[in-house]
Amino acid sequence: MLEIKLRKKTKTTLSKVILFGAFFIITTVILFPLFSLILSSFRPGRDLMRFGITFASIQPTGLMFDNYPPLFFTGESNYLFWLQNSVLLVLFQTVISIFFSSLVGYGLAIYKFKGKKLLFAIVLVMMITPIQILILPLYKIMISLKIMNTYLAIILPFIISPFAVFFFRQYSLGLPRALLDAARIDGVSEIGIYFRIMTPLLKPAFGAMAILESLRSWNSYLWPLIVLRTSKMFTLPIGLNALITPYGNNYDLLISGSVVATVPIIVIFIIFQKYFISGLSVGSVKG
Amino acid sequence: MKNLKSNLNKLNPYIFVLPLIITILVFYLYPVISTIIMSFQNVVPGETEFIGLKNYEKLGNQHFFAAVKNSFIYTIITIAILIPFPLIIAVFLNSDNCPGKKYFRAAFFIPSLVSVVVTGIIIRLSFAASDKSIVNAMIGWIGIPPQSWTVEGPYHAMFLLVLIATWRWTGINIIYFLSGLQNIPKELYEAADIDGANGIQKFLVITLPMLKPIIIFVTTISIFGGFSMFEESYIIWQGNSPNNVGLTMVGYIYRKGFQSGDFGMGSAIGLVLLVIVLSISLIQLRFWGFYKKEK
Repeated sequence: MLEIKLRKKTKTTLSKVILFGAFFIITTVILFPLFSLILSSFRPGRDLMRFGITFASIQPTGLMFDNYPPLFFTGESNYLFWLQNSVLLVLFQTVISIFFSSLVGYGLAIYKFKGKKLLFAIVLVMMITPIQILILPLYKIMISLKIMNTYLAIILPFIISPFAVFFFRQYSLGLPRALLDAARIDGVSEIGIYFRIMTPLLKPAFGAMAILESLRSWNSYLWPLIVLRTSKMFTLPIGLNALITPYGNNYDLLISGSVVATVPIIVIFIIFQKYFISGLSVGSVKG
Repeated sequence: MKNLKSNLNKLNPYIFVLPLIITILVFYLYPVISTIIMSFQNVVPGETEFIGLKNYEKLGNQHFFAAVKNSFIYTIITIAILIPFPLIIAVFLNSDNCPGKKYFRAAFFIPSLVSVVVTGIIIRLSFAASDKSIVNAMIGWIGIPPQSWTVEGPYHAMFLLVLIATWRWTGINIIYFLSGLQNIPKELYEAADIDGANGIQKFLVITLPMLKPIIIFVTTISIFGGFSMFEESYIIWQGNSPNNVGLTMVGYIYRKGFQSGDFGMGSAIGLVLLVIVLSISLIQLRFWGFYKKEK
């Protein structure tokens, strides 16, 4: 009996070691490109242009820091503008789309009204419609509104995120109805009920959607590419891509700029890891 | 007075959903209708005219076929990779036998925080055509000559695109599957243990069926993401890949609409794409018996 137990124990220890080893190797391979990007950002841009990332460029010795200062002097590059635009747009876009989407999702869950089923059906169809097919008419709308090359043009078509609406609706269905009725008897207005009583209860949903929406906004590419016209208005992804030119003497900025656009996000993720993961998890289970 | 108040109360729900109604009308329905109309038009500033089905006839060209083919192959391969592998990794990460699971989960997830542009830059530099580039150096160890990855041909191109997708999406799908796994009641496994089921049996009989909703969810967003892929290809080839090896359907909309200014044909491509995505999504959901459950 004891022997069997012992054998079982060595077996689990062995499987633990194998599992750990396998995951360690896989994740090292996965993270390797990021380390190679960071290390190569301390090499001259012309070498990167000619050879790419090489075994020589990822040696941790003989690093030079010349690629970084030009990012932060506006005379030499527009990088600070791009960073500022990206950060502001993430903030605006996340706050606005979550606010409106939560209002709508809550409204669809709580109230009975004519057209409710139709509206919800349209939300579902919007969720599986690739927005990319609508860029041509959306572009024309932006031109007739005369808001090309502005933050407004980037934000306006997406003040509602169908996925967030769907999510807030599912979440609001679980809100306690008794609380709603009690507030009504006390004479609180419907909008007041939403803001003063329901928003605190929706907090986890706000957290989850804030993470998803800000990631989406930070990474969004096609629409800003179409709407933004001048270099100073570019977001980081658009600006970085503009540095890739066939004549490229910009590779020093390209690589240091890529690092600066990436590392802070990873640091934020590591600090708030718990919230990121639970946010995503809630998103899929409820969704 | 009371009447006015009850009328206001009836309006209340509409105040909540007003932003949605405006968005639907201005930024969804109008663009959809406008796309349909433009697809039958020759859109030139000043003198737009109806030309019947000519835009659709023009789709019978090698570029469009290449775009459709690439989008299909890309979607199929990414689904074939990004469902089974993250699922298996999640099952192992979820087992009690896995030490350091928090670190691994984070490590798998980090690539999805890297924007597509930066990912594209890493790929361009790592897969540079020079014989010194890190990937060419590594394949040199096993005797393969240096490749000019981005211009070598369709297989190399598809490999790069799938590689980017795999790198960026594995971690996210792992999180989705993990959250599904954590919702499976432990008692089910305990009961199976008593019946003497082995690991593989437990996986097939308990884990897979219980994960069905999550698998449906991930498949749906993968179909959607696969067919609407554009950025990855644009970063590598800037919209002009040799022999269209990196051309996708959205890439073709962008090329026709914004590079050639042919909004009519761009709209026709968009509608074909819409029909493809909607029908595949619906067939998929039907296949899983999604509608039956709703009834």
